[in-house]
Amino acid sequence: MSDSTKILEEITGSDYKYGFETKIENESAPKGLSEEIVRFISAKKNEPEWMLEWRLKAYKHWLTLTEPKWQNVSYPAINYQDIIYYSAPKQKAKLNSLDEVDPELRDTFKKLGISLDEQKRLTGVAVDAVIDSVSVTTTYKEKLGELGIIFCSMSEAIKDHPELVKKYLGTVVPVTDNYFAALNSAVFSDGSFCYIPEGVRCPMELSTYFRINAANTGQFERTLIVAEKGSYVSYLEGCTAPMRDENQLHAAVVELISMEKAEIKYSTVQNWYPGDKNGKGGIYNFVTKRGICMGDYSKISWTQVETGSAITWKYPSVILKGDNSTGEFYSVAVTNNYQQADTGTKMIHIGKNTKSRIVSKGISAGKSQNSYRGLVEVMKRADNARNFSQCDSLLMGDQCGAHTFPYIEVKNNSATVEHEATTSKIGEDQIFYCNQRGLDTEQAVAMIVNGYCKEVLNQLPMEFAVEAQKLLAISLEGSVG
Amino acid sequence: MDLKELLLENYKTVEQELEGKNGSVVKERRKEAIATFEKIGFPTLKNEEWKYTNISAALKKEFSIETIPALTKADIEQYLIKNLKGNILVFVNGQLSQELSKIISPESGLIIKPLAETDADVLEKYFGKSSTNDAFTYLNTALSHQGTFIKIPKGKSLEEPVVLYFISDARKENIFIQPHNIFLIEENAEAKFVESYHTIGKESGFSNVITQIILRKDARAEYYKIQNDSVTASHVGTTQVYQEGKSNFSSTTVSLNGNIIRNNLNIVLNAEHSEATMYGLYLLKGTQHVDNHTIADHAKPNCFSNELYKGILNDKSTGVFNGKIFVKQDAQKTNAFQSNKNILLSKDATMNTKPQLEIFADDVKCSHGATIGQLDEEPLFYLRSRGISEEKAKALLVIAFAQDIIDHIKIEALKEFLIRGINQSLGNNF
Repeated sequence: MSDSTKILEEITGSDYKYGFETKIENESAPKGLSEEIVRFISAKKNEPEWMLEWRLKAYKHWLTLTEPKWQNVSYPAINYQDIIYYSAPKQKAKLNSLDEVDPELRDTFKKLGISLDEQKRLTGVAVDAVIDSVSVTTTYKEKLGELGIIFCSMSEAIKDHPELVKKYLGTVVPVTDNYFAALNSAVFSDGSFCYIPEGVRCPMELSTYFRINAANTGQFERTLIVAEKGSYVSYLEGCTAPMRDENQLHAAVVELISMEKAEIKYSTVQNWYPGDKNGKGGIYNFVTKRGICMGDYSKISWTQVETGSAITWKYPSVILKGDNSTGEFYSVAVTNNYQQADTGTKMIHIGKNTKSRIVSKGISAGKSQNSYRGLVEVMKRADNARNFSQCDSLLMGDQCGAHTFPYIEVKNNSATVEHEATTSKIGEDQIFYCNQRGLDTEQAVAMIVNGYCKEVLNQLPMEFAVEAQKLLAISLEGSVG
Repeated sequence: MDLKELLLENYKTVEQELEGKNGSVVKERRKEAIATFEKIGFPTLKNEEWKYTNISAALKKEFSIETIPALTKADIEQYLIKNLKGNILVFVNGQLSQELSKIISPESGLIIKPLAETDADVLEKYFGKSSTNDAFTYLNTALSHQGTFIKIPKGKSLEEPVVLYFISDARKENIFIQPHNIFLIEENAEAKFVESYHTIGKESGFSNVITQIILRKDARAEYYKIQNDSVTASHVGTTQVYQEGKSNFSSTTVSLNGNIIRNNLNIVLNAEHSEATMYGLYLLKGTQHVDNHTIADHAKPNCFSNELYKGILNDKSTGVFNGKIFVKQDAQKTNAFQSNKNILLSKDATMNTKPQLEIFADDVKCSHGATIGQLDEEPLFYLRSRGISEEKAKALLVIAFAQDIIDHIKIEALKEFLIRGINQSLGNNF
């Protein structure tokens, strides 16, 4: 039970442990959003003309849209003119080695437990760290370069690989897709770009760490991953933010493109600041994530552990276009106190013999609301499509809510679609059984919850799985009894 | 004149007719309802509750309202369910026909009155109220002057079912009808209700119906809605059930034929230890469209609800299922189950299903499931290897699939009628 003891230790000492703020000199744009700001961001990043035009197109489209209201969450109206759309740690000159990185910044990442030092080669994780939406540093670039893998910040990619960016950016999530995607397209300041060439199996986990540091800023990053024929990549994403009383907006866009026989595995451990016990502050996490299985036999797998954010609102989706392609979605969403989550997935079956699997585990405690919302759509020509969905909810306390909104649309008679969902609480008999064997109630709950989530946690890469387990225990602290 | 204008015009006539007949509450609610209807108009696909059902084509016709033709017994004979002994109420174009109706139970056990003479407390509490409101419920509420109030008095157990036949005479023109009925089952009383819809003639029929069922303490009711109408007949119906006291309610909806059918079944479990079951079967072919929306609203603790809807879709038909379970914060120890199973028999059939849970209490057991698939290959092979033709084998399997629902029907004659209907629908003659 050494794991459990560790969890317990973590529990006793924890509130939100990433709530510090780093004093780094920032360079920001003035508050508000206008065409000038979009131009300002583009100019700041020395972007080519086509990129600016792309942004302006998105901005103009955004002006025509209204904020969606259908989701099962509530929050005060966001004033889009009160947000700083560009904030970056002041950069002196181009950095050549890690030693030149601002020591404050390196300390920050040390606190976060991210290996910016290349000595940590053994862990074998290549990291692209994004702070306040600007990519600070990318590790292991050279080593990856030898294999032809491109892993860099979005701004570098626009400079160094414009042909790739031009070809793929906005193909999965077009600028006109939705309100927040349009906003992101107009003002995104950075993000990660990853390109795996044909037949290459990426030897290490690629990882991005997002952190919002400055106050009043919104974080808008853009991630684009392209896996060419027969390639494989596993990608991790982690997020933290300082504790603040006001709400901050995070509206990212992630696009995945998987070619023939390629596989992309995308894992997220989201731990944005969830607000305090009274629901004050916290991040609004309004993210558009979508992948497309372009080629035959391709595969995209989303795994997410959502414990943070005041409001989580996202639906990582897979468009199964290629024949025999596979889409997977594994999710654990934990809400406590006044957190709200409306999350799920969309599986769009277009190709023949496509398969998808959805496993969603929701846990609600305190006064939180947790919703699963998902769509499984089988198009007319998707012969023999197969879907299995399972979404379970666990309720702790009588003040919280768990909701399920599955949409299933089938237009082909050879499809087999199954959906099942259950809602329950941790049984008193289960707790009693554990108590009887000398585990206190909090420990017992942590254990039962971990067991309940195992199916999803097993999908995470090793290092993340451990972190995720601890996160779960922390998020539910104080919700028992 | 388009339908909306026609109906708004009709409201004025109805208003004059009802002048002085209704209490002020009813008058107020009807007034509000017509104003809301005028504002929102008929639903479009943009309305989340109507996302999968396009009703506008069925409404874009010249309808005649409030024409009451004189039908004879011979005209309606063929629509009556054979061998079904019961209290027969026949509504012709929405209006109750005394000549065609036949009551066999004694009046002490079954009270039938015009809607306007409904018990005042019931009207006050429930008239115009519904768990879900849309243009159709507003419209019906505003224009409801033809309905019936049926009361089963305290302690009475009604042996024979009450069978309501809604017959539209669409031989000369398109007919739009809006019946509004209230069933009150008083303390410790028991009754069975059957609703059946039919359209005579080739023109289109459209029925917009509200049935309100109120169950008092220890009351028991079974409710059957049978839709075996002509292919030009569309239907939008809301059945609103209030379980006021600890009671038991069971509903079975069977849709075999029609054009566009939308059934709303809303059950509010508003007293501890209440039980509600909902069964549904739809067997579609051609371009038929059936949409079942159900709500089990658990407002009080210790209640039980169970729901099973099964669908078989052939040709170019479309099925929609949306089941909602609400468990309110007080409703601890709720058990609520929901299941929707569908078989697609043809390449062009479509099924959209949305089983939905919204739970605000923690000590509950709730589950829902939905499946969409096709007939199993193995049993099909088994039957074929024993010399049964493919068509027949398929029909046998479909009947077996539907049997789950049929088994819950407790009226023998109705059961036989439905089995015959299913066989006919499958082109089966054994």
